[in-house]
Amino acid sequence: MASDGSSNSSSIPDRQQIARQRLRIIAGHLQKPLDPSDGDISARECSAPDKQPGDTTTKSVPRRRQEVMKWNGWGYSDSRFHFNKKGQAEFTGKRYKLSGMIMPSLKEWFEGTFGANVQHKSFASAVPSPGAVKPPALNQAFVEGVQSTGVPFSSDAEDRVFRGHGHCLHEIFALREGRVGRVPDMVVWPNCHDDVVKIVELACKHNVCLIPYGGGTSVSSALECPLEETRSIVSLDTSQMNRILWIDEKNLTAHVEAGIVGQDLERLLGESGYCTGHEPDSMEFSSLGGWVATRASGMKKNIYGNIEDLLVHVRMVTPKGVMEKSCLVPRMSCGPDIHHFILGSEGTLGVVTEVTIKIRPVPEYQKYGSVVFPNFDMGVACLREVAKQRCAPASIRLVDNEQFQFGHALKPQVSSMFTSFLEGLKKFYITKFKGFDPQHLCVATLLFEGDREKVLQHEKQVYDIAAKFGGLAAGEDNGQRGYMLTFVIAYLRDLGMDHFVIGESFETSVPWDRVLDICRNVKERITRECKDKGVQFTPFSTCRVTQTYDAGACVYFYFAFNSRGLSDPVHVYEQVEHAARQEILANGGSLSHHHGVGKLRKAWMRETVSEVGLGMLRSVKEYVDPENIFGNGNLL
Amino acid sequence: MTSISLYSQRDPMLKKRDDFEDMLEERRSSSDLKYAFKCYTPVLYKGMPPCKTTVLKSMVLHSDQLRYVINQVSKETGESAGAIQEEASAILEEMAHRLQLSTVRFFAFALTKAFKTLFRSIHVNEEGLQRLQQAIQDHPVVLLPSHRSYMDFLLMSYILYTYDLALPVIAAGMDFMGMKFVGEMLRMSGAFFIRRSFGGDKLYWAVFSEYVKTMLRNGMAPVEFFLEGTRSRTCKSLTPKIGLLNIVMEPFLKGEVFDVSLVPVSISYERILEESLYARELLGVPKPKESTSGLFKARKVLSEDYGSIHVYFGHAVSVRTLSEGRVDRRQFNLQPRFIPKKPSEDTQGFVSAVAYRLVRSQEENMVLMPWVLLASLLLQAHYRGPLLEPHRPQGMTLEELTQRAVWLRGLVRGLGAFLHWPDDKPPSEVVSASLSLHQGLVRVSEGRVRLLLEEPAGGPGPASPEERLLGAAVAVLSCASYRNQVLHVFLRPALLATAVHTASSGKKEEVFDTFSFLRNVLANEFILCPGAAVQDFEEACQQLVQSGALQASQQQLTATDRGEPTLAFLTAMLEPFLQGYQVVCRYLCEEASESLTEKLFVPAVRNFTVKLLLAGNLRYCEALSSDLQKNALAALLRLGAVRRVNGGEQVTLKVDRMLLNTLEDTLGGKVPSQKAVLARL
Repeated sequence: MASDGSSNSSSIPDRQQIARQRLRIIAGHLQKPLDPSDGDISARECSAPDKQPGDTTTKSVPRRRQEVMKWNGWGYSDSRFHFNKKGQAEFTGKRYKLSGMIMPSLKEWFEGTFGANVQHKSFASAVPSPGAVKPPALNQAFVEGVQSTGVPFSSDAEDRVFRGHGHCLHEIFALREGRVGRVPDMVVWPNCHDDVVKIVELACKHNVCLIPYGGGTSVSSALECPLEETRSIVSLDTSQMNRILWIDEKNLTAHVEAGIVGQDLERLLGESGYCTGHEPDSMEFSSLGGWVATRASGMKKNIYGNIEDLLVHVRMVTPKGVMEKSCLVPRMSCGPDIHHFILGSEGTLGVVTEVTIKIRPVPEYQKYGSVVFPNFDMGVACLREVAKQRCAPASIRLVDNEQFQFGHALKPQVSSMFTSFLEGLKKFYITKFKGFDPQHLCVATLLFEGDREKVLQHEKQVYDIAAKFGGLAAGEDNGQRGYMLTFVIAYLRDLGMDHFVIGESFETSVPWDRVLDICRNVKERITRECKDKGVQFTPFSTCRVTQTYDAGACVYFYFAFNSRGLSDPVHVYEQVEHAARQEILANGGSLSHHHGVGKLRKAWMRETVSEVGLGMLRSVKEYVDPENIFGNGNLL
Repeated sequence: MTSISLYSQRDPMLKKRDDFEDMLEERRSSSDLKYAFKCYTPVLYKGMPPCKTTVLKSMVLHSDQLRYVINQVSKETGESAGAIQEEASAILEEMAHRLQLSTVRFFAFALTKAFKTLFRSIHVNEEGLQRLQQAIQDHPVVLLPSHRSYMDFLLMSYILYTYDLALPVIAAGMDFMGMKFVGEMLRMSGAFFIRRSFGGDKLYWAVFSEYVKTMLRNGMAPVEFFLEGTRSRTCKSLTPKIGLLNIVMEPFLKGEVFDVSLVPVSISYERILEESLYARELLGVPKPKESTSGLFKARKVLSEDYGSIHVYFGHAVSVRTLSEGRVDRRQFNLQPRFIPKKPSEDTQGFVSAVAYRLVRSQEENMVLMPWVLLASLLLQAHYRGPLLEPHRPQGMTLEELTQRAVWLRGLVRGLGAFLHWPDDKPPSEVVSASLSLHQGLVRVSEGRVRLLLEEPAGGPGPASPEERLLGAAVAVLSCASYRNQVLHVFLRPALLATAVHTASSGKKEEVFDTFSFLRNVLANEFILCPGAAVQDFEEACQQLVQSGALQASQQQLTATDRGEPTLAFLTAMLEPFLQGYQVVCRYLCEEASESLTEKLFVPAVRNFTVKLLLAGNLRYCEALSSDLQKNALAALLRLGAVRRVNGGEQVTLKVDRMLLNTLEDTLGGKVPSQKAVLARL
């Protein structure tokens, strides 16, 4: 086991390693004094003797997030795309594989796709407009109560602004213009479950509104403060509850505080040779509690399952008290599963404080791969067959032609003549020799995990199926770049917004027989709506099938357009997104596969779960939280 | 409610119409053979390559939809799925088109020859064709031409071939297939054949609908069919059939294609080839069975002048746009889409509303020749003639006709009709040109223009009064078929004029009641969109107030003196129909026996009408038209005044005499359309 563990680290992509390195350095400055719960962690030390001392406290997220992260854009302050003086796209910083690299073809793609010009700039304002942040409306009794518990808190404007938004386009767009809406009046940083219990009690006593805050990566307006809320709003930031409390190797479970963000969880478990395998695209920043509260899904769910499959036990603090099961069992038949009241509750019932989650030994071997198909239809047919035979790799995704070209535009400068020659040769083989139309071909990206031998076997099986659908293996490189795209896409959105291009992603789940229809119809609807709303240049409208299930798939859409010349781009954008969602529902897709409902999509909840279904959810809310202490207004 | 707003979505573009080009002009000056062998490379949907019919058939036979129905039928009948599969395959063989370019080229050659002798010109709006070309590339297209003649679908394909557009696949009635050689020729030029009735036959329906939908889904070819279901013998648009329209909308409603474009096409003939054939058919001379020899006998038509044809390709209507907010497409979410499902009531209402809208836009884009105005005037004059001598028409003087025609031209234009009146020529010239083209119907003698009544067939001895009457009726109905072409322009104002005339007071409410009563009774006769009474009423009010015939205040609608000629003309337009309906009511009240079968209804009413006409109790021999009689029956069935009783082999008709009496009196203006009557209807 231990020797396996050491060989692991070399097979994990160096992108992550570099990122870790950087994080360690930065986090070093932010170390907190040791806290009492450190004792618990000693249990883990037995199981992972090779871990480096001091690592336990290198966490990615400080209390003052603004020290490392952008206040009005995605991710780390040091990492951003920009067009340099030569007009070439460049990614700054040192955290990612792309960091410090130049992407020579991005500018051409960008200008060609959006009809944009990199000379046209619409940069964000550096700070909120003066007076944009209203002074906090504090509930004095509550503040005093918190003070007496010793839980850290703040009503500093920056802290509050940071917690008043997620990453929806309209939220970021407003921030970039220096506009700030209603934000929480105060932020509290509980350190452990007991702190949360105290805060919730105080909130109930003094009738303040609590909004739980995890990683802040919501894309459903879930973190927006309801405008009609008249009480003092307190943001309950779980980011400091980020310890692994114990690891149980016999049962392969870990008990973890819910504020831990994905990358820390995987890194800390990795030190003991384990992982959860839960890797949503936002895993750098999103938190365990957030995953539970939104019913998150990870890229490698084919092996590890989605969050609901990973969950063994949850503790949630509600106004009525603490809700949890009495045992740590794999399954039980004791009425409706109470976990399903918590999963997807989106912070409307309480705060998830601790989670017992399944863990797996870190896989011995990882391999990327890719397959080129002559067209999207063939690709979908292949994915369907793979799902049917239940031999899906850890991840399998099919990107359409537009997204494939997008991915290509992100290729870093090729260092050697030889590589570029090889690239040319490959392209020639596929388009000329095999007769694939470059305007129609599409790519499936693959990620295999497991024993080396099994991975190779598995790989062959998948490639054999692909061959039946006209698929050609197209190398590891294409695959890896595909996955990289999902981590940098949010950074790219900021780049687009620097040049009047605005965009967003959204997702759905759909039965297999409707996948092609929904992809075509939604993409075309977006194009048509944009045209109708006066968008001059054809929008970028693209999709990928990102998850496969027995009975259907998850489809992810990107959509962006050049907003230059529009008087109210965000309004246009919202209308188009609304239309796209209508189209999804009309074509048999779900309201959401994993982003959640929040406030953005709650208008459709009734038709999604039926009147009675909605009534059930309401009655739970009414019982658990009659005073609407958890008043973020999501979902219902 | 939904349907109302659908009709109101009148495309403002429709009022501004495109210009026409004569497509025969080039044919007259160049080689027909070269034209038949011209390079033909139409653009296709999304640039897809054309698909072989064998591929299409196998797609249909192996579709989930068909497989499901085959299994279902197999379970129900106990026959093996294999046998039913065979049956399906046979149905498809019988049905499917076999488009061949060589046959199309043959037709192109032969039709050019024929068209050049028959017609002076074939006018086509080229802008419409350009729009169609774009539409074909964007979405699957359904072509919906009006149907007045056998010519229609050959003409359509001919035009599309000439303009290098994708050739349509056309739904044709099975009766064509009876014509041995010609049937196969038509099949090879893109026709597919469907049985006239297959209501209960699940398998037939499945094969048929899957065949049509497969073509649309894959954008293999534009699908063409006639919304009216059959040729209109009266030249009035027929109430649309929605079966096929349902099928072609389904791929969109089920999300299988992004959109479907519906393109209404209006074909108007200055002179219809089947003119007197139709009149005879309506009078009860049975329609000759379509046969190849019959077609050749029709060769005598080749020597005559049939004037010009106008074909107007309307704007493509997007099913997606139409259905926005009216159809909930999620209704298909909870079942696999291959399971045939009866469309929801909403959807059916929507499809029917679309069908009406399309027929109306066919009407609106129908080019009207000056002759239709003359026919209307002559017919009215004829009806004013002496009661007992319909065969000795009085006619009107040429000057009067010209003068009235010029007056009517103004009225018609004011009502937004698409009138093709050559303004560069003096009216008298236009009138006499029209009259000479239709010399089979009218004669000018002693300065008077009269309907040319057919001499009874030269039997032994002098013709009986009944024979003479039928002879006159052929001429009247032929003439009426031209008047009917302009009816849609006058319909709403005429209903209003009649309502103003009969309503007991000028109160707007009462006029509206009468209006909607008339509208309701005549809904099987004319294209009146269900549920659009208020809108039609307002439209008519606006038109008549604008033309100065009516004065409207908040509560009152009153006729103006100035408007008298207009109102009289309009009421006279509707009168033959109202009288005809009264005759049907009277027959059912007075003469119908308990055992009247549906089959015997038309001959019985005809006999009754003949008696009335001969006795001088009726002047409108249009009441002899079986079309009118059938429409009246359909209306009475709808209104509940007559019931169908299924008695073994025969369907008998049961009559509600009370209600019929009231209806008859109300139609005759003897009884105001009381609230009570309305409530019962």
